[in-house]
Amino acid sequence: GCFIFKPNTKKRRSSEKTAHDFGIRSDDSEDTELRFVTCQSLWNQIKSETEQIQEDLNKQLLDNLVGFLSQSHSEFQEKTTEWTCRMKFREIPAAALVLGVNVTDHDLTFRGLSDVLQDNITPYIALLEAKDCPGIKNLMQKLVGQLMNCDVDVDSLEDEDYVHVSQNRIRCSMSSLISWYENVTKKTDSETPSKKRNSSSRHWQFPPVVVIFKDMESFTTKVLQDFIVISSQHIHELPLVLIFGIATSPMIIHRLLPHSVSSLLGIELFQSLSCKEHLSTIIDKLLLTSQFPFKLGEKVLQVLINIFLYHDFSVQNFIKGFQLCVVEHFYSQPLSVLCCQLVDIKKRVYSLSHDQCENIRRLPSFRRYVEKQESGKQIALLTDDSFLKEETEKLLEDLHVYHENYVSILRCLHVFTSSLPKYPLGKQIRELHCACLENRVWETEEYESSLQLARMLNKTDLVTMLQQCVEILMSSSGKEFDKTVEKLKEFLTQFQNLEEASQERDVSVSSQKELQKKTDLYHLQKTLLELKESRRSKKLTKFEILRFEVVDYIDSLVRKYLVPADDRTLHEIVYFNTATVLRGHLNAAPRTALHTALNNPHWYLKNQALKCDGGGISNKAPDICIVYKLHLECGRLINLVDWLEAFSTVVMAAEDPNADAASPDQVDDIIHARFIRAVSELELLGFIKPSKQKTDHVARLTWGGC
Amino acid sequence: MPNLDHPAYPAADLLHLESLVPCRESQVSMLLSIFGERQQFSFPSIFIYGHTSSGKTYVMQTLLTTLQLPHVFVNCVECFTSRLLLEEILIQLQSSSSGTDQACPVHCDTLNDFVRLFKQAVATRELQDQTLYIVLDRAEQLREMEANILPAFLRLQELTDRNVTVVLLSEIVWELFRPNVGCFEPFTMYFPDYSIGHLQKILSQNHPPEYSADFYSAYINILLGVFYMVCRDLKELQHLAALNFAKYCEPVVRGEANERDTRKLWKNIEPHLKKAMQTVYLREISSTQWERLQQDGEEPGQLKGLSAHTHVELPYYSKFLLIAAYLASYNPVRTDKRFFLKHHGKIRKTNFMKKHEKTSNHLLGPKPFPLDRLLAILYSIVDNRVAPTANIFSQITSLVTLQLLSMVGQNDQLDGPRYKCTVSLDFIRAIAR
Repeated sequence: GCFIFKPNTKKRRSSEKTAHDFGIRSDDSEDTELRFVTCQSLWNQIKSETEQIQEDLNKQLLDNLVGFLSQSHSEFQEKTTEWTCRMKFREIPAAALVLGVNVTDHDLTFRGLSDVLQDNITPYIALLEAKDCPGIKNLMQKLVGQLMNCDVDVDSLEDEDYVHVSQNRIRCSMSSLISWYENVTKKTDSETPSKKRNSSSRHWQFPPVVVIFKDMESFTTKVLQDFIVISSQHIHELPLVLIFGIATSPMIIHRLLPHSVSSLLGIELFQSLSCKEHLSTIIDKLLLTSQFPFKLGEKVLQVLINIFLYHDFSVQNFIKGFQLCVVEHFYSQPLSVLCCQLVDIKKRVYSLSHDQCENIRRLPSFRRYVEKQESGKQIALLTDDSFLKEETEKLLEDLHVYHENYVSILRCLHVFTSSLPKYPLGKQIRELHCACLENRVWETEEYESSLQLARMLNKTDLVTMLQQCVEILMSSSGKEFDKTVEKLKEFLTQFQNLEEASQERDVSVSSQKELQKKTDLYHLQKTLLELKESRRSKKLTKFEILRFEVVDYIDSLVRKYLVPADDRTLHEIVYFNTATVLRGHLNAAPRTALHTALNNPHWYLKNQALKCDGGGISNKAPDICIVYKLHLECGRLINLVDWLEAFSTVVMAAEDPNADAASPDQVDDIIHARFIRAVSELELLGFIKPSKQKTDHVARLTWGGC
Repeated sequence: MPNLDHPAYPAADLLHLESLVPCRESQVSMLLSIFGERQQFSFPSIFIYGHTSSGKTYVMQTLLTTLQLPHVFVNCVECFTSRLLLEEILIQLQSSSSGTDQACPVHCDTLNDFVRLFKQAVATRELQDQTLYIVLDRAEQLREMEANILPAFLRLQELTDRNVTVVLLSEIVWELFRPNVGCFEPFTMYFPDYSIGHLQKILSQNHPPEYSADFYSAYINILLGVFYMVCRDLKELQHLAALNFAKYCEPVVRGEANERDTRKLWKNIEPHLKKAMQTVYLREISSTQWERLQQDGEEPGQLKGLSAHTHVELPYYSKFLLIAAYLASYNPVRTDKRFFLKHHGKIRKTNFMKKHEKTSNHLLGPKPFPLDRLLAILYSIVDNRVAPTANIFSQITSLVTLQLLSMVGQNDQLDGPRYKCTVSLDFIRAIAR
């Protein structure tokens, strides 16, 4: 994990800070302990859920690989003497595993892979990384070390053998590896029957030795070539299988290996799931569900998705970001203690302290809510804690119901919008989700145009969509949808009837039939115009009336259920919405921070004296800041003498105006020293470097007056 | 009548040897005459070179084993350090003499030790009267070891004062070996490439037992007709022959044609072999996949080869970084102002194109560029403002690890890293779409 929990120090600090009204830490009026426990249990749930998802997603890939590996050395098991087998050149089986550019996710895949292999195929697995293998010698060392140690782990040999292995470690050639393999396979042969049964049920007598190259791209050509040449010479004695982890495209194999070497391999290609699909599944299972009480606000979600799409494609980083949100929410929001499963809410609400009740009253959404109530109830809410608690419980339950309904209706709406041409509301459900969270989706232009387009849908599409919606609503946990389902089913039967009726009156359907053919936007617009005209002239057909009814009904559902979360009372308790914090943590801008620190030291030092007005240079600022500001005004090359003079002018300006007059062109030694120190500090920070073009000049490495 | 003739060895052995090394009789007889009789001292070192799969290793090995000459056979790629190499030779010597495997682990760090231990080993083997042959396969690797290894092996006879001959096998000529301080000149010998007739003869030799030699020879003829243009590697050809033979036999097995019906068989196999040349020969698909396709009778087109998957999905900014890097690599610095500034002013037509710039920049290859230039171009080609966040910089590094960019000049990492764009125009086009 990236973020290490330090429960005691962190939480203590938080309670000290927030509970300053009482000054006594032990009071724990803001339930920090409980918050911490809740946070941890929630995160554990989420973590196991994500791990499960990832396992499921990788299953297909891993199954394929296991199939490949189990077939790869079938000749080795059988020792056939058939003609073709004798004549054929023995290639080293190799799997090219294309994993995508999200390198940070690969570790997890490889871990899953080696676990699966260990369970199904072979105990002999070596994972090699390019940074450990600059030469063939290091590679062999790593390989031998990993293989022989893994054997020790699996069989838990006695000490004597262990010593033998460590002695032998020095000679790490292929021949010692082969003799080791012979020993090991012989040993499993002559083991006690009980153990043999156990091991043979999982592995064969001659399990292949799997060597995984984690990052194929980074390996040097020479190392790979040598290794492949060596191992191809011993393929008859040592059943090696290579797995290449590839981040870009499988072409890299041909780029790294000449034909004489790649002809020693039998390469098969395996492709992992694309990371975008992976993310969609994660969002679907983590965010679009009422299983977890914690929710992400629109801005936060946007930040996370943007980092994913714009920067790294890494699902792991997305999950880490999500974890940061969880921690930050529970840490900073005292009321997050109520962000728990529905069953616990009642108990927790009634054990709230007076301070927490005040916290609730301070929530903006709660204030809005109070203002809407009649005056008697307002007073009760603001003064009576127990009444407030009752009300809070009710509101939180409402919020929960809102979530359940929200997800189902969102999915229904997505069924409609995802099939419209040009996707005005986005193709992915996450885009629709963001749009709905941001503001009232029915007020947006995109929604308007989607509805327009939905009114153009043909019948078969419409019917299948309605059927999908019925399925979604039936399977949802919300209780209010019985009526909705009935209504949708009614629509469906009406369409059915229409079909029967239309068979009698074929003439009126002709326009519909035309509609069914048109799919792209241009034609739709044209038909829309035509329809407008025809609407003036002739009456709508029955189908069209029905279609309008359906779209209107969907619209009414959206207006009822897809209210943005910001409008809901007490949304602050379960929604995390401070995107700036998240952005600061996840998408750091070191250059900007450095510039701010040097240009505006007040920002970090919080010293009022440093607060400068406009673009002026204060002489009270640290030397490096003055030097930095002066250098911003220069061009590509900076004259050191001029710079020093400017520096001394600034420094002297306030110190002693009279001293300036005494020695106009003689710079004080101390100031000179200060200047040199500041300049070398700037060089250390990478803003300037000594230049060879001109003496007494330094070159700027940044540009502009930023 | 055997071509090989030597009084020291029994005629039956020579006859057997001759059958094992077709088309290499002259080389073998030459070697035999250099070797002389068993107890005679031979030339101290022999250097044999020839192209890939011209039978160097095979001939040496069969020669030494069939005539039962004492020998040690070491592959230098496998012994990547001098120590491993020397120890390997000693271990082989020991194990062949004592009969038991690995009596005791030998430790031999220097050549001095080697000479001492070698004398001991030879003494225990009681073969003072016979020449011992040390064959070093892939001897070009020796050049990368310590400087004294190669000269010492060339004079091993002199150094050890024993009856030993070192045979070096390599794919490159002796001139590339000769150390600049001078050394003992070995006897060099060239193994020429097999001609098409030789290939035909050698390949036809191993026909499957179910079919007649003529039938198989006809098949080899067709195979060579297709593949001889691209591949003369005997090993590879043999592999391809074994892979596709089942398909060739298909009409015969089904009873549609008999073994003499060469034209029909040719029609059946020719397109198949051409397809094999494009797929399995280039290792686009593996041999097992190819066989599976043959069994299922599917078209190989359904299975996409490695090269078919060229598309690489990249994050948004990585794409732009790569495009910016490409522009920086292939455009001269002078044109940056013209291309990336909104108000660049007029371009002076005259003198704009200097003579040497008329050659396409693509022919000259990518040029290195500093980080600043990359970022400046990035900022100008991305529509919205890009904050110089840590993520952007880490993406540059990850592009380097993915080998899409490469770092030039490792020494200047901190204050002026320079990069090169290593991807092709097609790749950039696919990304920019």
